[in-house]
Amino acid sequence: MNIKRVLIYSILGFAALIYLLPLVVMVITSLKDLDEIRSGTLLSMPQALNFDSWDKAWGAACTGVSCEGLKGYFWNSVLIVVPAVIISTVIGALNGYVLTKWKFRGSTLFFGMLLIGTMIPFQVVLLPMARMLGFLGLAGTTSGLIMVHIIYGLAFTTLFFRNYYISIPSELVNAARIDGAGFWMIFHRIILPLSIPIIVVSVIWQFTQIWNDFLFGVVYSSGDSQPITVALNNLVNTSTGVKEYNVDMAAAIIAALPTLFVYIVAGKYFVKGLTAGAVKG
Amino acid sequence: MNKSSAPRQSLGELLPKLVVAPTFVVAVIFIYGFMLMNAWLSFSSSRMLPKYDWAGFIQYEKLFANDRWWVAAENLFIFGVLFIVICLLLGLFMAIFLDQKIRAEGAIRTIYLYPMALSFIVTGTAWKWILNPELGIQRLVREMGFESFTFDWLVNTDMAIYTVVIAGVWQSSGFVMALCLAGLRGVDDNIIKAAKVDGASMPLIYRKIIIPGLRPVFFSAFIILTHIAIKSFDLIIALTGGGPGFATDVPATFMYTFSFTRGQIGLGSAASMMMLMAVIAIIVPYLYSELREKNNEH
Repeated sequence: MNIKRVLIYSILGFAALIYLLPLVVMVITSLKDLDEIRSGTLLSMPQALNFDSWDKAWGAACTGVSCEGLKGYFWNSVLIVVPAVIISTVIGALNGYVLTKWKFRGSTLFFGMLLIGTMIPFQVVLLPMARMLGFLGLAGTTSGLIMVHIIYGLAFTTLFFRNYYISIPSELVNAARIDGAGFWMIFHRIILPLSIPIIVVSVIWQFTQIWNDFLFGVVYSSGDSQPITVALNNLVNTSTGVKEYNVDMAAAIIAALPTLFVYIVAGKYFVKGLTAGAVKG
Repeated sequence: MNKSSAPRQSLGELLPKLVVAPTFVVAVIFIYGFMLMNAWLSFSSSRMLPKYDWAGFIQYEKLFANDRWWVAAENLFIFGVLFIVICLLLGLFMAIFLDQKIRAEGAIRTIYLYPMALSFIVTGTAWKWILNPELGIQRLVREMGFESFTFDWLVNTDMAIYTVVIAGVWQSSGFVMALCLAGLRGVDDNIIKAAKVDGASMPLIYRKIIIPGLRPVFFSAFIILTHIAIKSFDLIIALTGGGPGFATDVPATFMYTFSFTRGQIGLGSAASMMMLMAVIAIIVPYLYSELREKNNEH
């Protein structure tokens, strides 16, 4: 190994260290008690493995007025994410199928219309949406949040499926049509079996987006219906007496675990989703 | 069931349209309808409650006369430029280094990219702790023997916006790396070999052939980063809360504060329209060049 390789490896290693450090600091801090935090530094190791702050973050820390930890909000997020991801992915798949294999006059225009939906800053729809949710009686509910996430996720899922299906040869579909297969039959027998990779991409993308969402959560939910990101932010900013950094860090890790887990298990698809959502067409 | 009595052919033709119809309706109402409603709000006299009247440019005049708005706009500019430039440079260099047939490339890539899986709220919470002047990095370095070391950017009005840059770069630069790496893998090996035969050195090959070839990648990375920057809201809320004072306000936090906690709906919607304009100013040239490229291919 020559000097150049050593240099490259040390630069890469150093960078990796920098990227890892915040996570390491979070984990170390969450395992210390407050005395250790006050007397030590960011990188001093905990004396013993102490999971008290994890218990507290999960079940007893104060998030604003209530002091029941993140538990309930974690399940809120699960309840929001599961239906929103499934519904937006199913509709996205059907849209993509129509937009590539059953084109009609105006379908390209329709796709263009949706594309713009992936680019607008959501701030321009926040106020009218708040009014609409009030009108529908869904203000401050999990159902309202599910609806919002489905609606503003559709543009992305449609984009994923459309860009994927466009590479499936249309001859395949046309031959089936001549044999008398209909819309649903072709979707079910030909398209769906080929769709597994893009379904994974879409599910992972939507899952990460919705789990990590804060803007819609903070504007459209209240009290018991808040998702975990909002609860985490409340927990960190609730100032009752002593600042418990260890509990804050444990809470942050709890909020991050589901998406981290997905990233580690299915990182390849995660990257694909990022680049597919990014590099359009 | 009465549909089955209609002639088969027309049902067959209608079905695909019926399938996309709900999405079409949703897009028309919830994207375009809402954008128009929001535009209208920005021309109304709305305060605590939305009022659909016509007040001309009052809200925009108020917005432009508001110091806090200009702080927010300036912050977005500082944050946006630094965030984008640093992410692009770091991402490119890490990708080039990673592309040197590195052992354990997969593991290193995973480490660079994992912050992208986190919520900005988590990132903000973590960095708020790390940058905390009492117990964070400042303490760490002082304990190492540098007694007079000061690093109080988080609570320093002039410097706080740069902490947002640090956390933002940490979160997003790995993503640019992934994009660039994919781009580098797409470069034709034969061109590089030919250049080597002609006696070109590797740095020269990178400068003259490979990096210019990554232009489309930079372009998409630039668009996405701009987008992240303009929309950035969660990171600032979690890291600085817009403070100290309103020193780290950006348009997104400004819009949120005025619309939802200060009861100035008209002003908030005017601010959001300005954000939309900023996005359009960047996206439209991008789409235009994309479409032109596509047409040239034919």
